[in-house]
Amino acid sequence: MTDFALTTFSSKGKLLQIEYALNAVAKGDTAIGIKAKNGVVLVVEKKQSSILIEESSVQKIALLTDNVAATYAGLGPDFRVLSQQARKLVKKYDLKYQEEIFVQTLSRELAEDVQIATQRGGIRPFGVSILIAGYDEEGPHLVQLDPSGAYYSWKATAIGKQAKNAKAFLEKRYNADMEIEDAINTALLTLKEGFEGQITPTNIEVGVIRDDHVFRILPASQVKDYLEELE
Amino acid sequence: MSGIFEYNGGSIVGMKGKNCIAMACDRRFGQQMSTITTNYQKVFKIQDNILLALSGLNSDIHTFYALMEKEINLYNLKENRKMKPTTFANLVASALYERRFGPFFVTPIVAGLENGKPILATYDSIGCKSDLDDFQVGGTGGNYIYGACEAFFKPDLSPEELEEVIGQSLVSGCDRDSLSGWGGVVYVLTEQKLTVKILKTKQT
Repeated sequence: MTDFALTTFSSKGKLLQIEYALNAVAKGDTAIGIKAKNGVVLVVEKKQSSILIEESSVQKIALLTDNVAATYAGLGPDFRVLSQQARKLVKKYDLKYQEEIFVQTLSRELAEDVQIATQRGGIRPFGVSILIAGYDEEGPHLVQLDPSGAYYSWKATAIGKQAKNAKAFLEKRYNADMEIEDAINTALLTLKEGFEGQITPTNIEVGVIRDDHVFRILPASQVKDYLEELE
Repeated sequence: MSGIFEYNGGSIVGMKGKNCIAMACDRRFGQQMSTITTNYQKVFKIQDNILLALSGLNSDIHTFYALMEKEINLYNLKENRKMKPTTFANLVASALYERRFGPFFVTPIVAGLENGKPILATYDSIGCKSDLDDFQVGGTGGNYIYGACEAFFKPDLSPEELEEVIGQSLVSGCDRDSLSGWGGVVYVLTEQKLTVKILKTKQT
């Protein structure tokens, strides 16, 4: 561990390392999240670089606790580290208060860990933007956490390669009265819009949480049904 | 120090009623057989809907209360919302266990109203939480108060009845305990208000 910071200000007042981290995010596979009245859906591209890869071993949506999950765009290993840290934060809260953590609380505490990486000696910022989806006492939540440590609550958003186009698509399609089933269809449609090649149940991952506060990653068979409905 | 829990003396009791809770404590602060003051506060309002009663070593009563105040204040600021009584009850247990090998010499009782529902929890000094009963006691006069509670208590008492029952239980119990007494204070919490009543007891 070195003593001096690697992320320092440019003369224009920018932190270039964070800009570059965001570039890494912009190159990553697209992830989309939509918050409905009664749930949240996460949909993410899972393009494999080779047909030889064991598809089932790649999991892009990580369960953080029963009622919160996350996905990402950017560097996979960085996401792995952060999701593990998030799980520990959840358990720490659980040990202290013996209660289901609030999504905003988790986002804020995880954001602190991400920000530290922009201001500590010898380490680089995380190269991922994370989408956190959860359902707590206050209702459904969708939060985006950036490499800078900034976090935003969204009604619907997209990160990664197709973020710009996907968000434009979402702006037209989103309405506040959406139910979770509509949201799932809209999310899949949005992903399909910018998808390179044919979208199949095994090259995407879909996760849904409803008002039962239980996050479920849909099995390929269910994803197949939803995709067929889109036709 | 034989009987560090008996050094200062004092008794507390908590009860559940119909959509209300009550807490009562004596007012004595002593040092073994000597009485120092007769107006020591042992029940604290942590939040509009949460009361914390502490018995045991007075120094730790004060310190533990201050620690819980700090926790709830920071929580309110950080989380931007009030703490639920069940959450606070769990927090007390964690905070006590954190000092497992150098404990606070207190036996707390937490009482509160969560969405109108009465919550009551009691602990040993290292955080073993028990929230199964409708009334709980603590302190040097605890066992005597138990007897009175068993006799007077009924489930679903109204706030006025509960105030009467808990007051009588406290006074009867403390009468038998040389280290507790010198007055009593009864707190009754409903959705609308918190009433505080000071009781006169045998001045011994």
